[in-house]
Amino acid sequence: MEAGRRSVSGWTVANVVVVLYAMVPVLWIASLSFKDPSTFTDGSFIPRKWTLGNYAGIFTNADFVRGLVNSIGIGLISTFVAIVFGTMAAYAVARLTFPGKRLLIGVSLLIAMFPQISLVSPLFQIERALGLFNTWAGLILPYITFALPLTIYTLSAFFREIPWELEKAAKMDGATPFQAFWQVIVPLAAPGMVTTAILAFIFCWNDFLFAISLTSSDAARTAPATISFFTGSTQFEDPTGSISAAAVVITIPIVIFVLFFQRRIVAGLTSGAVKG
Amino acid sequence: MAEIVLDHITKRYADGTVAVDDFDVRIADHEFVILVGPSGCGKSTTLNMIAGLEDITEGELRVDGRRMNEKAPRDRDMAMVFQSYALYPHMTVRENIAFPLKLAKMGREETQERVERAAGLLDLAPYLDRKPAALSGGQRQRVAMGRAIVRDPKAFLMDEPLSNLDAKLRVQMRTSISRLQKSLGTTTVYVTHDQTEAMTLGDRIVIMRAGLIQQIGPPQELYDHPRNLFVAGFIGSPSMNVVPARLEEGLLRTPIGDIPLRGRLGRAAEGPDVPRDVIAGIRPESFEDASLVHDAEEGGTFTGTVDLLESMGPEKLAYFTLDTGAVRSEHLSEAGGEEAGEECRLVAQLDPKSGARRGQPVRLWYDTQAVHLFHPKTGENLTER
Ligand SMILES: Nc1ncnc2c1ncn2[C@@H]1O[C@H](COP(=O)(O)OP(=O)(O)OP(=O)(O)O)[C@@H](O)[C@H]1O
Ligand SMILES: [Mg+2]
Repeated sequence: MEAGRRSVSGWTVANVVVVLYAMVPVLWIASLSFKDPSTFTDGSFIPRKWTLGNYAGIFTNADFVRGLVNSIGIGLISTFVAIVFGTMAAYAVARLTFPGKRLLIGVSLLIAMFPQISLVSPLFQIERALGLFNTWAGLILPYITFALPLTIYTLSAFFREIPWELEKAAKMDGATPFQAFWQVIVPLAAPGMVTTAILAFIFCWNDFLFAISLTSSDAARTAPATISFFTGSTQFEDPTGSISAAAVVITIPIVIFVLFFQRRIVAGLTSGAVKG
Repeated sequence: MAEIVLDHITKRYADGTVAVDDFDVRIADHEFVILVGPSGCGKSTTLNMIAGLEDITEGELRVDGRRMNEKAPRDRDMAMVFQSYALYPHMTVRENIAFPLKLAKMGREETQERVERAAGLLDLAPYLDRKPAALSGGQRQRVAMGRAIVRDPKAFLMDEPLSNLDAKLRVQMRTSISRLQKSLGTTTVYVTHDQTEAMTLGDRIVIMRAGLIQQIGPPQELYDHPRNLFVAGFIGSPSMNVVPARLEEGLLRTPIGDIPLRGRLGRAAEGPDVPRDVIAGIRPESFEDASLVHDAEEGGTFTGTVDLLESMGPEKLAYFTLDTGAVRSEHLSEAGGEEAGEECRLVAQLDPKSGARRGQPVRLWYDTQAVHLFHPKTGENLTER
């Protein structure tokens, strides 16, 4: 009894420490974003002089707004394409035996492991040659490439959990292979697909390396890259306030995404399919 | 409704395993056929080949005279009930049952009507709007049945549909499946490894072992005239007693007494290549307490000490140990009987009026004409050839 209570309080302390450790930098940025430029360096955690000026500033900055639009568009398209192809590939990996299956898994693992920095220069040259440089497609393509291994991996794990007999049952009930996949397998894999979609989206959303190297103007530059181009209102002024406000702004979609889909990311959706 | 012909069908898996070897059966329209056999004998494989879930390596499958080998499952118009039920967890009971109709693009009204009718037949009406997770095992089983019958298919294929239910529910569902099949008249192939299910449900039983058909026939025929030792050991509960025996001049010497070689035993002994040492089989039901038999003429007697007595109500089971080694045969171990011990055991099914007591000797009468003789090597029933 006593030992049980002690271990509960031990866990509580550990959790609090971990949460604090993770949250303090985030809160610090949030705090900075609300500070008046004159109090940036006062070292106080709670702003002494509140202002929304930093936010007003970045939203009147056409580059940043354009960057947000680029981020959202590129992120959503990349995620969508990665999920569609990833789902099909993951299904094949989980359910079928076909020649080259091991190779496919190996190659996708290799891609995921590949240091992205080493690809930047070749990609830059290739995209320039193909006219993809500084376009949405020029970012979407590498994003899909790097998001696919992730989606194939996580989704094939989800597909493996689904009892194969369900698919056989669907076939016996008169479904074409595509109907069986679309009407039986996909709804059951939906929580997995949402989870994977979030991970893929976060990957695209957070990327800085490709965004900064493969763009040269507003046309395709995403928000994280735009932030690095922030300047103060005068040459001598630090853009700290704008940067922290922008950092908070680009975090919000991720938080909303996760909160919104959290309910759908529930295990045990397949319970009741088989046996008792 | 259909006649299903399996014309010398063989299944060889990619790794070379021959799961089903030269399976040749003609299943008549309206017939209820049971595929039975020990685990791994190829029952599910056979059923899956009929369903179209597995390719047929050799041979031809015909339904109503039309070749089906290359047809996809959905073009075969058969419904299947799986051992695990395989209900769609994201759909309600209603949607589960209606799913085949939805795929067949049936109109809303007719779908509704058919679902309600199927639900009525299976007492599922109160559960139509629940998800499978909120149902008991028996209810899930009935939903799986509902999904099969709603479409009025050419045939039902069932792969051990009752094996996940508890004993009592199983007996209950067994009767309702039997009744349902009789009233719908749909050709049914039913897989089980339970000999009681096989005996009670089917019009005909196909008994398999290691991919090979051992015998095909109505339950009573398999029981009365098993073609070999494997069938004899598999069908019947408790299993047939087997004892080592020796053929001598006009006599069969067994641990339960000498039996004169007359009638069918005589004919069996005279057959070609009959070895001297054989295996004698006699069903527990062929024994009786000698004091309760008035006309003990046609039969032998044997006195033994009762090891164990089980009163089952309508009968008593008396267990004996014979002073001879147990019969060892590959044909028996696979039949799923109890693991043979060192000693030769005997079970007798006696009338409840019998005065047999545990630890006391009792004199038993047995019907000598009910004795089967088996070839010790091939397992062939010498009395039935
Ligand atoms: N995909 C496969 N590849 C190779 N061998 C297989 C495959 N599927 C089944 N087998 C083999 O085929 C044989 C028959 O299997 P099957 O599933 O038909 O047995 P079963 O009679 O249904 O047994 P159970 O009563 O245990 O369900 C077994 O020996 C099994 O190991
Ligand atoms: Mg099986």
